Amino acid sequence: MMDWLGPEEWNAVSLSLRVSFWATLAALPPAMLIAYALARWEFPGKQLLNGLVHLPLILPPVVTGYLLLLTFGTQGPVGGLLQQMGIVLAFRWTGAALAAGIMGFPLMVRAIRLSVEAVDPKLEQAASTLGASRVWVFVSVTLPLVFPGLIAGAILAFAKAMGEFGATITFVSNIPGQTRTLPSAIYAFLQIPGGEAAATRLVLISVALAMTALLLSEALARRAAKRIRDA
Amino acid sequence: MLSVQLSHSRPGFTLDVAFEAPQGITVLFGRSGSGKTTVVNAVAGLLKPDAGRVALNGRVLFDTKSGLWLPPNRRRIGYVFQEGRLFPHLTVRQNLLFGRWFAPKNTPRADIDRIVEMLGIGHLLQRRPGGLSGGEKQRVAIGRALLSSPEMILADEPLTALDEARKAEILPYFERLRDETDIPVLYVSHSAAEVAQLATTVVVLQDGKTVQQGPAAQILSDPNVMPTGVRSVGALLETRVKAHHPDGLTELDAGGIPLFLPKIAQAPGQMIRVRVAAHEVILSRQRPEGLSALNILPGTVQQIRAGDGPGAMVSLKTPAGRILARITQRSARALELTEGAECFAVVKSVAIAPSDIGGASG
Repeated sequence: MMDWLGPEEWNAVSLSLRVSFWATLAALPPAMLIAYALARWEFPGKQLLNGLVHLPLILPPVVTGYLLLLTFGTQGPVGGLLQQMGIVLAFRWTGAALAAGIMGFPLMVRAIRLSVEAVDPKLEQAASTLGASRVWVFVSVTLPLVFPGLIAGAILAFAKAMGEFGATITFVSNIPGQTRTLPSAIYAFLQIPGGEAAATRLVLISVALAMTALLLSEALARRAAKRIRDA
Repeated sequence: MLSVQLSHSRPGFTLDVAFEAPQGITVLFGRSGSGKTTVVNAVAGLLKPDAGRVALNGRVLFDTKSGLWLPPNRRRIGYVFQEGRLFPHLTVRQNLLFGRWFAPKNTPRADIDRIVEMLGIGHLLQRRPGGLSGGEKQRVAIGRALLSSPEMILADEPLTALDEARKAEILPYFERLRDETDIPVLYVSHSAAEVAQLATTVVVLQDGKTVQQGPAAQILSDPNVMPTGVRSVGALLETRVKAHHPDGLTELDAGGIPLFLPKIAQAPGQMIRVRVAAHEVILSRQRPEGLSALNILPGTVQQIRAGDGPGAMVSLKTPAGRILARITQRSARALELTEGAECFAVVKSVAIAPSDIGGASG
């Protein structure tokens, strides 16, 4: 693989993998919490939260990127605070991970929410009559049953992160080795004469990664559905 | 001993019950919609009633006066649900052991080998619930509840989802639960046959109220309280298996009177309970002769109660115990039946249905 990829292309692929991995990992806990809350709890502002979570799916990515820049840029309210703590997101790979995580978040929440809704609350009641506290019911019954949905959501979000372009380039620009992810690199190669060959190779990698992720996620979702049906 | 006192209101329905469930199986008996499930869910802690108090062996589980409310996981009550509710992601063995993780460490632990043996589920331990039959699932559910070392078992119509053959498969396990463990059971049912077979005590629920409670034989033979219609009225007789005859009949001894029924599995000498449904009994003033029915019980009329329709319920005192006969008012007049009159109750042997036969509680 190293042979037919130039160092710059390889850089883009490995950066994209790193950004997507951390974006997915960081998004999982809040996605689980919000998905559970949306599936199970009634609270004021539920529809607002639901809308907010889905916003990145509907907004033009460039708008999301710009809002991120306003919020998390060094001049922004959150970004300024983080900077005092020595954390800078704008124009760094960590910022790319934040953008990718935000963009994949709705997909992840939707997948997890569906599988939380598929868990029969009667099973959780049964666990509580057997002596399990609320936390243990979650750990020993809810979480294992939601797990396939969790993985499916994570794979979808990972694939989304690998392809994220608009919000990333707006928020963290297109800096080689720092924020030039796979799509940004393809875009850059297409801007320079003779870059088509490199762009094509990256496009092939993109397509392969995206297809793999989608098939994997579908297979897991089917398996989860079957297991719950058999119960 | 479980003592329950509850009141709970929903739009269009008011529950107001008070009863006690001593050792053995207490059947909460009533039509669907009479509030049975609400009661067990409140005892289990899955539903918070408007007011009331529930105590188990002196330990208060909730009391609206003092504001005490124990969550379900701290009540130590095993619950066998209508639909099993086994955990699909765990094997049968893991399902059985689930409650054990959470049981207090200082309580005596239920012996898994004994319970697996009692329920006949040893060959299922490595399987997942998805592949089990309805009857197998229910047996595992009973085992799972028992292994959480509960102080009480609740069973909410655990046989309803099963067909007749599976019901017959599960009922004996509840009998063993009653006879081989000292854990009291609160069992919800709307089936007179299940009550006849299992109940030590019966609590009759009607439109959210407890209308009667007491020993099974007494309640079942009272046509006034039977909530599921006249066809479920019947007498319970305590009998002893006398002999198995080569022609496929089993002879029972009911207070000196022989009763015949198609061959049953119980060994001679064993005590069993049979239920004689009132509508299967024929009355005659003379000892009938040349009749195909095998079971004839002499008795005296204790009470005749006319129903709303053309029927009447006749209560007879016989050496075998109290017998109920549902006949028409016209027949009662034609036979000149009055209180104190001598007459004979005729029961076709086949009328004692095998599903109505249960081991007598000890």
